[in-house]
Amino acid sequence: MENLMSRALDLAQSNGAQYADIRVVESRTESIQVKNGVVESLNFAESRGFGIRVLVKGAWGFSSSNNLSAEEIDRVTKHSVEIARSSGLVGGERVDLGPPVVSRGRYETPVQVDPFTVSLEDRLGILLAADSEMARAEGVRVRQSNLVIIKEKKWFANTESAFTEQTIIETGGGVVATAVGDGEVQSRSYPNSFGRQQVTGGWEVVLQWDLPGNSERIANEAVALLTAEPCPADTITTVILGGDQVALQVHESCGHPIELDRVFGSEAAYAGTSFLTTEKLGSFRYGSEVVNITADSVRPLGLGTFGWDDEGVPAQATPIVREGEFVGYLMSRETASKLGRVSNGCMRASSWNRIPLIRMTNVSLEPGEWELQDLIADTDRGIYMMTNRSWSIDDRRYNFQFGTEMGYEINKGKLGRMLRNCTYTGITPEFWNNCDAICNQNHWTMWGTPNCGKGQPSQIAHTGHGAAPARFRNVRAGIYRQ
Amino acid sequence: MLGRKKAEDICKEVFRRAGSDPAEVLLFSEAQNLTRFANNYIHQNVAERNVTLIMRLLRGKRLGLATTNRLDGEGLDRLVERARANAEVSPEDPDYPGLPEPADYPTVDGFDQETANYSPKNRAKAVGELCRQSSEHGLNGSGIFSTGASEIVIANTQGVFAYHACTNADFQILVAGEDSSGREQGSGWQVSAIHVEALGQLAVKTAQDGRNPRSIDSGEYTVVLTPYATEDLLNMLNYYGMGAQAVLEARSWMCDRMGKKIMSNLVDIWDDGMDSSGVPTPFDFEGVPKKRVNIVEQGVVKSPVFDRTTAKKMGEVTTGHALPPTMRSFGPIATNLFMAPGTSSTEDMIKSTERGLYVNRFWYTRLVHPRDCVITGMTRDGVFLIENGELAYPVKDLRFTQSYVEALAKVEGVSDQTRLLTSEFGGQATRAPGLKISAFTFTGLTA
Repeated sequence: MENLMSRALDLAQSNGAQYADIRVVESRTESIQVKNGVVESLNFAESRGFGIRVLVKGAWGFSSSNNLSAEEIDRVTKHSVEIARSSGLVGGERVDLGPPVVSRGRYETPVQVDPFTVSLEDRLGILLAADSEMARAEGVRVRQSNLVIIKEKKWFANTESAFTEQTIIETGGGVVATAVGDGEVQSRSYPNSFGRQQVTGGWEVVLQWDLPGNSERIANEAVALLTAEPCPADTITTVILGGDQVALQVHESCGHPIELDRVFGSEAAYAGTSFLTTEKLGSFRYGSEVVNITADSVRPLGLGTFGWDDEGVPAQATPIVREGEFVGYLMSRETASKLGRVSNGCMRASSWNRIPLIRMTNVSLEPGEWELQDLIADTDRGIYMMTNRSWSIDDRRYNFQFGTEMGYEINKGKLGRMLRNCTYTGITPEFWNNCDAICNQNHWTMWGTPNCGKGQPSQIAHTGHGAAPARFRNVRAGIYRQ
Repeated sequence: MLGRKKAEDICKEVFRRAGSDPAEVLLFSEAQNLTRFANNYIHQNVAERNVTLIMRLLRGKRLGLATTNRLDGEGLDRLVERARANAEVSPEDPDYPGLPEPADYPTVDGFDQETANYSPKNRAKAVGELCRQSSEHGLNGSGIFSTGASEIVIANTQGVFAYHACTNADFQILVAGEDSSGREQGSGWQVSAIHVEALGQLAVKTAQDGRNPRSIDSGEYTVVLTPYATEDLLNMLNYYGMGAQAVLEARSWMCDRMGKKIMSNLVDIWDDGMDSSGVPTPFDFEGVPKKRVNIVEQGVVKSPVFDRTTAKKMGEVTTGHALPPTMRSFGPIATNLFMAPGTSSTEDMIKSTERGLYVNRFWYTRLVHPRDCVITGMTRDGVFLIENGELAYPVKDLRFTQSYVEALAKVEGVSDQTRLLTSEFGGQATRAPGLKISAFTFTGLTA
């Protein structure tokens, strides 16, 4: 492998590239989807290929192929140089990558049980058991469950002498029950929304989630939601968000606006820009004093945990918000150099056929001091909302509106009636400045978001978000009128 | 491009390895190129070649699925072994109707050699022109110019062999100033049909006209939508309800409304895989020829689109709208969607509006509630207040929360011009007109 990669780098340089890197990626994904007792999909997917990124006179070119032969490596390398020369025809800023990256080494996700050693029968058995448990709840129309395991091997080399080899293992799974009645459709998910929870880890996490043991409960909740009270309409109230919803709130309203390529306009036409412009770094009150947010690629289980990013920069942790003040970005070599800084290792490509972009690693809200029951007891009136159902945010990540699968009213420090169709909206810094309490480590979970879209051509990234339930004051809730 | 013969040979190699087991292969070959620009220069420029095989193998009524992009002997061996292993462990599938029989596949124009051969230099020249226009006006141009060619093959051991080669081109531009922006898009299967300079001029004008936007109150407004905004209405209604699977699972906006008039007389929506004024494909991902489906006729809900599984369950006939087997859970969707043009010009629709909003584009739209297709999202890249039949002044972006079904019930005008747009997801194409809607609910403001 190293010889083929060196061949590409040498050829790129002899064709005029001032810098080149090559990634070879080989991934295997095994997924099972069960719906209403029927195995809808039991899939083994294999993908292999390479991508070559070159800089010629400060302009980028990238080409990729699924054919890992020497001849194709030569063709693709020359093509990437041709593309870079075309990029240079339009002029504009010339890329400065800053200090060279010379990382060398090997990394593998630590797992207790390699999920690929677990038999198909055992994996399928868990989903069919979960399906049977959901079927106990009368009134559930659609029962869905799924498991996915991924092993991605990745080799990276650049013309600055870096060479790294990584094996990342991900395991994910979940159940969703959907109930239908009289024009109303309600779903409940476990352990996370959008079908599944996902982490870097082994089979041990699936056993901990106990999908069959939670399936009847969430199915009953879906049925109960059909006749639950609607979320109070257009009201200003206190909201406590469950940890899973806080994770998505962090992802959308903090994780994306701290991507430095967005700040510099690279994503303006598609994903958008950011309200966290560079003059705010170190001088902007993003949230209240209890708000501390960290980006890292080293915490166990995080979907953003790895050895090196796709520019060969080592995994590390970066403070993003400290006691409410905005102090850090997610950066690449190119964007960090524009700020006079050094990359903090956030360049990630979704596969061999895509360039690395600045992507979230694990962007996490640090735990606070509260027990959840104490936080509820401390809240006179409000709504406890959990598990994301819909999410929308503007192109600067300023104005957002989210919906959750389920809510409960809080009345004089106690949970009251179940609420359906809960929504809330706000402006990002106002919202985080109204955060006055965060639950402690006992309630903190590393949530996985395996469906983060960005870039053209589109890329789906897997990101991690540690979060615990948190309380927000003066929130506008109940936007959807029924 | 593999070509028909080589694609057929690859499928035969897979079936030879499958032995006597009935099997199906979906082969998807692509050579895609995309030039991306921002801040008036090219900052990303990429190319990809790939061939993906998706195999479905049957052991009686047990189904196994496997996918690979390795075409060497080892890759094909593993593809078949894993599909077989997955079939052996799967319970019997009572819903799967079996492999389809061979059919006659009509040919349809969808391949353009100029588009397939379009070079990085060609794209850079066009992008350079847009960046020049943008820069001359003190604006910041960004977007993409993508071109490519693909082959889709469906083959099975019953004798089905369906082959379709197609091309794609898409030019998306955003021109932004300090407090305003304009966006335009040209899509299709012929790059020569995309008029870069004209699109650039339109985007520049919108950005210039949009300077110094004012805040207005949220609430209910009459809206005049460009085709870009209408496309979002049609796509959301498609994803969340035009397929029979959504109807079966009672989450579609069509549920309990079949045969009923729930939209304006002016609303006609259909899917036609054979219409080259969209992005045509003559068959679906099971190898079934596509049929035209009238989805809404003069406001009356007529029919969802079907694949073989949903048709069997509902006692209907497939309309040829199956997705690849890896997306089976989603069910069928429309892929070449049309809304009929009307008789009004955009200027007429503005002139007939006493007070309302002209909206260029909706953005980051998401489903809030399925049965009425309630959607929330933002306006973007050009919103103007209409007063007394004229664009009075630009306004800041607003958030809306609105049932798209109810919105189409309140259509008062449909533009006489339509625009072909391709979706970023799955190659889906929509030809949409502009609309005038008498009431649309905006629920929030930006700072």
